[in-house]
Amino acid sequence: MYVVIVLMGASLLVAVGFLLAFWWAVRSGQYDDTYTPAVRMLFDDPAANKKNNTNDSHTSREN
Amino acid sequence: MFCCPGCKAVYELLHAAELGDYYRRDAFPGLKPESSAEFAYLDDPDVARQLLDFSDRRFSRITFTIPQMHCASCIWLLENLYRLKDGVSRSTVNFPRRQLTVLFEHDRISLRQLVELLTGIGYEPVLRLDQLDRPKTRSRQRSYALKIGVAGFCFGNIMLLSFPHYLGADELVNTAFPTIFKYVMLALALPVLFYSASEYFRNAWSGLRSRMLTIDFPLALGIAALFGRSLFDIITGIGPGYLDSFSGLVFFLLIGRFFQQRTYDQLSFDRDYKAYFPAAVTRKTPTGETSTAISKLALGDRIIVRHGELIPADSILIDGDGYIDYSFVTGEAAPQQASSGDRVQAGGRQMGTAIEVEVVREVSQSYLTSLWNSASFQTDTPRTMTSLADYLSRWFTAAVLTITAATFAYWVRLDSTAALNNAVAVLVVACPCALALASPFILSSVMRVFGRHGLYLKNPAVAEAMAAANTIVFDKTGTLTSPEPTDLTFDGAPLTDMEQRLIKALVRNSTHPVSRRIEKFVTGETLPVQNYDETPGQGITGTIDNHTLHLGRADWVADAGEMPVNNPYDRTPATYLTIDRVPRGRFLFGSAWRDGVAQHLPSLTSAYRVAVLSGDTDRERPLLEKLFGADTGMAFNQSPHDKLARVERLQADGHSVIMIGDGLNDAGALRAADVGIAVSDDTAGFSPACDAILDAGSIGRLPRFLRLSRLGVRLIQVSFVISLAYNIVGLGFAVTGHLSPLVSAILMPISSISVVGFATLATSLASRRTGL
Repeated sequence: MYVVIVLMGASLLVAVGFLLAFWWAVRSGQYDDTYTPAVRMLFDDPAANKKNNTNDSHTSREN
Repeated sequence: MFCCPGCKAVYELLHAAELGDYYRRDAFPGLKPESSAEFAYLDDPDVARQLLDFSDRRFSRITFTIPQMHCASCIWLLENLYRLKDGVSRSTVNFPRRQLTVLFEHDRISLRQLVELLTGIGYEPVLRLDQLDRPKTRSRQRSYALKIGVAGFCFGNIMLLSFPHYLGADELVNTAFPTIFKYVMLALALPVLFYSASEYFRNAWSGLRSRMLTIDFPLALGIAALFGRSLFDIITGIGPGYLDSFSGLVFFLLIGRFFQQRTYDQLSFDRDYKAYFPAAVTRKTPTGETSTAISKLALGDRIIVRHGELIPADSILIDGDGYIDYSFVTGEAAPQQASSGDRVQAGGRQMGTAIEVEVVREVSQSYLTSLWNSASFQTDTPRTMTSLADYLSRWFTAAVLTITAATFAYWVRLDSTAALNNAVAVLVVACPCALALASPFILSSVMRVFGRHGLYLKNPAVAEAMAAANTIVFDKTGTLTSPEPTDLTFDGAPLTDMEQRLIKALVRNSTHPVSRRIEKFVTGETLPVQNYDETPGQGITGTIDNHTLHLGRADWVADAGEMPVNNPYDRTPATYLTIDRVPRGRFLFGSAWRDGVAQHLPSLTSAYRVAVLSGDTDRERPLLEKLFGADTGMAFNQSPHDKLARVERLQADGHSVIMIGDGLNDAGALRAADVGIAVSDDTAGFSPACDAILDAGSIGRLPRFLRLSRLGVRLIQVSFVISLAYNIVGLGFAVTGHLSPLVSAILMPISSISVVGFATLATSLASRRTGL
């Protein structure tokens, strides 16, 4: 029966993980704007980028 | 996906440009890095430093407000800035706030170039004086989200750990489990107490110190009693305590608080005069025109003010034809003429051609800014809105404490332990959770309904203050009437078609705003004009089809020898017309009511005391009397200070006042009133500090807004009754000593959820009934 203690610890650990994820998400501003990202993901990446121009746009994005 | 052909064109243009790497660099050959001097002040390191969010050796980050963005393509274009210009690393749009955050390498692109780039593609950022020295604030919503997250996490886990107890498994499993579970629960409850609920204790304490019993006091008492009792039970081994109820309570309460804090991010309710001015003006120097930050403007500087621009400081007109609209500052509807040597005041908006003025007073000392600095406008003390919940909680707290004492007194003769237990149980169960939830939920849904129809409240508490008001004070110019005196009438025998054509031909030649308006008024095709002559600020003349027309100011038309001045009645701005030197009549500018004013606002007089305070002359008194009835309080030629004083006098007489105004001349009254509503044609544009912003097109809905706010307060009262019923049931358990953790754990969420459910349903029904 003492496995219950282990299970409880494990479940709390998972839950704390989610809490921390939530904490991080709020702190990084993901809840500040809930509209724009939904639109942003619909934009296509330009096809030309993949073929000819891998370097330039990537360096500028990584910053 | 595209809202307008322009967006589509830009999108296609950009897509076409991306077909090959070859074309990418020159996608916008029209955007020259060195354009006009308009944004030259951005090269000033001081200005730049104040605007930037952050800057290190290589990168800078800045947040712009761009009201023009309004569709997905705008987001797309703005987030792809890095393709248009080297040096831009990343740009991120926050659409609900109309903000663009740009990270750029300041060695490769200057702030000025960045702003010019944005302006070039049609998204000119708003750069205002108040942004130059704004304190950077963080949103409180984030901290609430975190607190709710923590409370919810602990609540869920404590509930799970309590299940064995609910099911009566404590007795079945005669092991150490219950004890271990209890201490885990206690550990989980600590962050709820010290982090999530901290605000309630702080508020209750500061309320006590200022001798104000707010709703936070009984809440803090209940929270403390719940936790203290649980701690005692766990340590002494009596039972698992009420930690599930405790964390659930804090969780629900915080959700209510979260709703209470809601506001409209994209609107600013606390602007001062600085937000009204642009960040920079065009200064004339011996070498040419430069753009200077307004904060660096010095006495004696000569500046150019173009059509539609504001005069930033009290000045003397040096050159040009001043036709200045002070309606926002003084409430006078008619623009004023000014000629060389006249004094022009800060806040006026030049209409017509560009003028050159010399600054005679610093920006911070102009007439306009003195309004803000004068003592009577410093009503900065946070207004204590005693909400219904706070008012009720005084009685509530007193009653709870009495019942607690009575319970203790009754039980102490029988059993001293039970006496303490039951007295604490009363405190626990009487915690007015549902009471605290009802008003935030109802008021925030009322606020949401208002927002859908063009009335944006600063916070839900404003809806409650609106319901309590019994007096409504209107400003006239810009509030009841359109800001532009569009209503033009011809005073004289009706113009024939031929005469209209003559006039049209004449006024077509002038760029003066009055001419432009007359041109719209008259109909017919145009004719050629001979001998056209314009005397700036006076009038125009010309010969058309062998008729000589003079059109202009009374004294000018008279000076020209054509018209005897026989009209001492003239305080109204009018433009006189003679045809072939025979007086023909005059054009009068009247104000047109805004849409819905004439149809809907008169009904307000039955339920409210209505008053009109106008900075304008009393020439429209008959019209206003027709609108609101003759016994309406009206005052004209009111200075901003007069308006403030009148509102304060009404309040001193015990009236609760809603002030509805639009301009800077109403700013003091708006702040002094119990509810200050600013009417604005463009909600993203400037409006004075206020409690609510009303979209000008929605002013006719005002009676319905007020009705819904009253219904909302009625609903709050009903929810109070419901939640009190729960409290009484709970008290029944507590006083008799039957409040087990299970009963508490069931009663608490049920009462909260049913009250919230009632609040949401009833508000949507009420808004349907009021037609909103």
